[in-house]
Amino acid sequence: MVRWLVGAVGLGLLATPVLAADPIEIDIGYLHRAAIQSTLSLVEQPTENNGVAGARLAIEDNNTTGKFLNQRFKLDEIRLKDGDDVVTAAKTLAGHDGFIIADLPPDDLLKAADALRDRGTVLLNAGAIDDRLREEDCRANVIHVAPTRSMLADALAQYLVWKQWKRWLLVVGSHEKDKLYADAFRRAATRFGAKIVQERTFEDTGGARRTDSGVTLIQRQMPVFTQQAPAYDVLVAADESEVFASYLPYRTWDPRPVAGSAGLVPTSWDAAHDQWGAIQLQNRFVKLTSRHMTALDMQAWTAARMVGEAASRTNSSDLKKLVDFIRGPDFALAAFKGQPLTLRDWNLQLRQPILLADGRMVVSVSPQEGFLHQVSELDTLGVDRPETKCKLR
Amino acid sequence: MWRYCLLPGLAVWLAAMSPAQAFIAYVSNEKGNTVSVIDTDSWAVTDTIKVGQRPRGIEFSRDGKFVMVAVGDDDTIDVIDTAKKQVVDTLPSGPDPELFTQDAAGKILYVANENDNTVTVIDLEKRARLGDIQVGVEPEGMAISPDGKILINTSETTNMAHFIDTAKRQVVASVLVDSRPRFAAFKSDGSELWVSSEIGGTVSIIDPVKHAVTGKIEFSIPGLRREAIQAVGIGITKDDKTAFVALGPANRIAVVDATSHKVTKYLLVGQRVWHMAFTPDEKYLLTTNGVSNDVSVIDVAAQKVIKTIQVGELPWGITMSPR
Repeated sequence: MVRWLVGAVGLGLLATPVLAADPIEIDIGYLHRAAIQSTLSLVEQPTENNGVAGARLAIEDNNTTGKFLNQRFKLDEIRLKDGDDVVTAAKTLAGHDGFIIADLPPDDLLKAADALRDRGTVLLNAGAIDDRLREEDCRANVIHVAPTRSMLADALAQYLVWKQWKRWLLVVGSHEKDKLYADAFRRAATRFGAKIVQERTFEDTGGARRTDSGVTLIQRQMPVFTQQAPAYDVLVAADESEVFASYLPYRTWDPRPVAGSAGLVPTSWDAAHDQWGAIQLQNRFVKLTSRHMTALDMQAWTAARMVGEAASRTNSSDLKKLVDFIRGPDFALAAFKGQPLTLRDWNLQLRQPILLADGRMVVSVSPQEGFLHQVSELDTLGVDRPETKCKLR
Repeated sequence: MWRYCLLPGLAVWLAAMSPAQAFIAYVSNEKGNTVSVIDTDSWAVTDTIKVGQRPRGIEFSRDGKFVMVAVGDDDTIDVIDTAKKQVVDTLPSGPDPELFTQDAAGKILYVANENDNTVTVIDLEKRARLGDIQVGVEPEGMAISPDGKILINTSETTNMAHFIDTAKRQVVASVLVDSRPRFAAFKSDGSELWVSSEIGGTVSIIDPVKHAVTGKIEFSIPGLRREAIQAVGIGITKDDKTAFVALGPANRIAVVDATSHKVTKYLLVGQRVWHMAFTPDEKYLLTTNGVSNDVSVIDVAAQKVIKTIQVGELPWGITMSPR
């Protein structure tokens, strides 16, 4: 009530000085597919604006800053339906956007990148975590904001090894991306000294994710599926396809923790993350969207903020200047992770700490203490310079 | 080790002893939801005061009768009566107040509200909100120029120091600094404004007339990676000769020659050092060390840490009684 009274007698808003010239406009495209992957957990079911909502918040943030620099940011969104051609859409956006934030499957991303190559348009990959896009299939006009599978796997592996949970039972889904995630876990185990005691495949035999009495069945299936495993410390699940991993916690034959695609999950962002000022961003996001912020939202926010940061540092809207700044040695972005995010110049992957979250809390943040690196400890996550297959062209 | 630290401290204290030496420091404990009261005579916590949720920015009123502490998660500023050692009132800040500053007369309070990109202006006598000034994203650091004409606010995601004309209550200039500017401090002669950048790890020196960055202080500590060096709190002596900069997770305070802007020494303090306050005689500087839950006492002349005082959980801000 006090605040209400004060508001009534207060002076109200005090205007900021009016700038004479028209603001310089910087348009950013956003290209994604309409299809949404169904999740096992109802609370994790993504909304239609998953990702693009993060970009919208970043545009608001950029515009708050832009007020003081006479810059104005705008987001142009194209949502592809089944059968829509990605190249046509990318070209439409490239008509007025120098940067396009992309949340696309890997092959779509490459098609768009190759189609826009001669225009100088830069794609900011916010969605695809495939290592090959940063390695053998890397492109000079694609900057990767999303972490890679190998970064995620390494982040989890460092923590499991620190925890002395070095014997892993690896359970892999039967889809291609599950197998890629499993590859990343195998690589991580070798790098950080964990041992995969056994591997099992969980075949996707189809079926609905929602049923009225499914829990009874799952409770019978999961203990049996995890029975007779050699001695292990932690079950690591590679199930990007959302077929089984979320069924594993509390249902394994042996009482063991679950990590990977369920249980302790490595991720670029979690709605529970509140350190390093993150609470401010979480609050802004909830205020704007009335929902929690997902990893994809954060990756899109980061992508749009990278452009905003470049525009304010260079005080320019010139595409070449902006790109040169982002790719240059002075680029660093504050993104509520406790340290600046920078770009790996050999494959244009954003370096970033990875959160380990259990769905309710952030358990830890990798890189873990003690995993050292001669350049940046963030380079202990993912494919490092000496191992890269990328030749930027 | 505790006792070992105490002895040289005691010696210094004995040498400098005179009846008027005791000051009172108030420390906000961000996680503990308390304020620890430290007596600089005994270097001991004499009281622990319960306050609202997430206390951070903390400052004595000019008359020394009250201590104001921003309790961000309660969207208000608690007012502690220093005689009663308890919260007696609240001030109408905007949402999520973090840091604030007051004018020389102690009549107007300027509050940075992290959640809605505004600086709120409060009349301290009437305890009423006079208005808001729109600034950049996540306003944090606040400082007022020695002549009282310019208010500085830093915005953490916009990465600027905003110059606000206190008479017109308008932003008149904005200066871009390194990532996540946390704290601003003027030299007492008004010739320089210092702004620390947490993620950038630097302190920008700004010419307050030209509104331009004229220099940058960088820090490097052997054996520590660059990312661990995060500049936050700044303390400049009244003679403008020496400055102290808190380096967060580097667990050190940098001693800086404030004329040449060269770092002369790094003092090891507690973990994740955030803010600091001088005793009014400038003999001692107290720093809040968040992760180790303590306050380090630095002998300013000797440039040595002489004592560590355990306080509440995650100490954040600190303020010293004016007399």
